[in-house]
Amino acid sequence: MNLTDEQLERYSRHIILEQVGATGQEKLLSGKVLIIGAGGLGAPAGLYLAAAGVGTIGVIDSDSVELSNLQRQVIHHTPDVGTPKVESAAAKMRAINPDVTVRTYFDRAGPDNLVSLMSEYDFVIDGTDNFSSKYLINDAAWFARKFFSHAGILRFSGQLITVHPGQSACYRCLFPDPPEPGAVPSCSQAGVLGVLGGVIGTLQATEAIKYLLGEGELLTDALLTYDASSMEFRKVTVRRNPRCRLCGPSPTITSLEQQDQAVCDLSGSCKC
Amino acid sequence: MEITVNGDAVTLDGPLTIARLLVEQKVKMPDMVSVEHNGKILDRAEFETQQVQSGDTVEFLYFMGGGA
Ligand SMILES: [Zn+2]
Repeated sequence: MNLTDEQLERYSRHIILEQVGATGQEKLLSGKVLIIGAGGLGAPAGLYLAAAGVGTIGVIDSDSVELSNLQRQVIHHTPDVGTPKVESAAAKMRAINPDVTVRTYFDRAGPDNLVSLMSEYDFVIDGTDNFSSKYLINDAAWFARKFFSHAGILRFSGQLITVHPGQSACYRCLFPDPPEPGAVPSCSQAGVLGVLGGVIGTLQATEAIKYLLGEGELLTDALLTYDASSMEFRKVTVRRNPRCRLCGPSPTITSLEQQDQAVCDLSGSCKC
Repeated sequence: MEITVNGDAVTLDGPLTIARLLVEQKVKMPDMVSVEHNGKILDRAEFETQQVQSGDTVEFLYFMGGGA
């Protein structure tokens, strides 16, 4: 790949970086990132990945833009209310950077489509809003052996971890038991500070970019937590759980269809 | 005894169980917490039996399902 004059100018602040350079920018331009959920986390991730010149960005989401999304989902604008989120998001990413090919999937990420979809990409960003999807993405990434960034936000807090399936701790290693359905607070009741998605989603995009560049240390085997109230970041060291039902030596989850019903029942009960 | 909870030094009467520690640390929603004890993630069923000793390190990891 040879960068054009326009690309040399557009990406000049990347190219002068020792850790990126023209070679790194070419890696980004040939990189493929899948964003699952074009919401609070996916919105900033999509904007920054497009601006950075990640060549192919896939976005999957089955929702349309609602007025109550606009407090935090900065890729969607007021005139987009009622439009499928994937279309709204794609329009902004294309407007930021015509170098980027955006693939949209107006669909729900499910056990039937996720592994094959992930296999078309280099890195996956989990920007979903419920436990069911988060466990599903973790499991699908294991079967697809795909690096991904897991994240969650709630109230004034957020956290994220990058998973290298088979090598580093997975979401189930850390959270072996899904919360009881009755224990799950409704996120629409709990609320979330709008900027949290910006902080955490941008960190997820950072991990995707580092992965594509092959630069720096990924956030594997460490859960980074952020508390906006105290302005504290903490990196909690974790490790693979030998009892993990998915990635441990004696797995009980051997296919995506085996997702425990208790988790699936949570679907939609914790949307924010 | 002195232990470390989420990075902070905490002085408590002990030893005590993880379940008791969750109460003493006033964890509001213990059902929404995963516990790492000395680097090992516990099963929920172990909360009632696992003892915390002086010098131990405990991390409460919170379920955060939000993202949209
Ligand atoms: Zn695991």
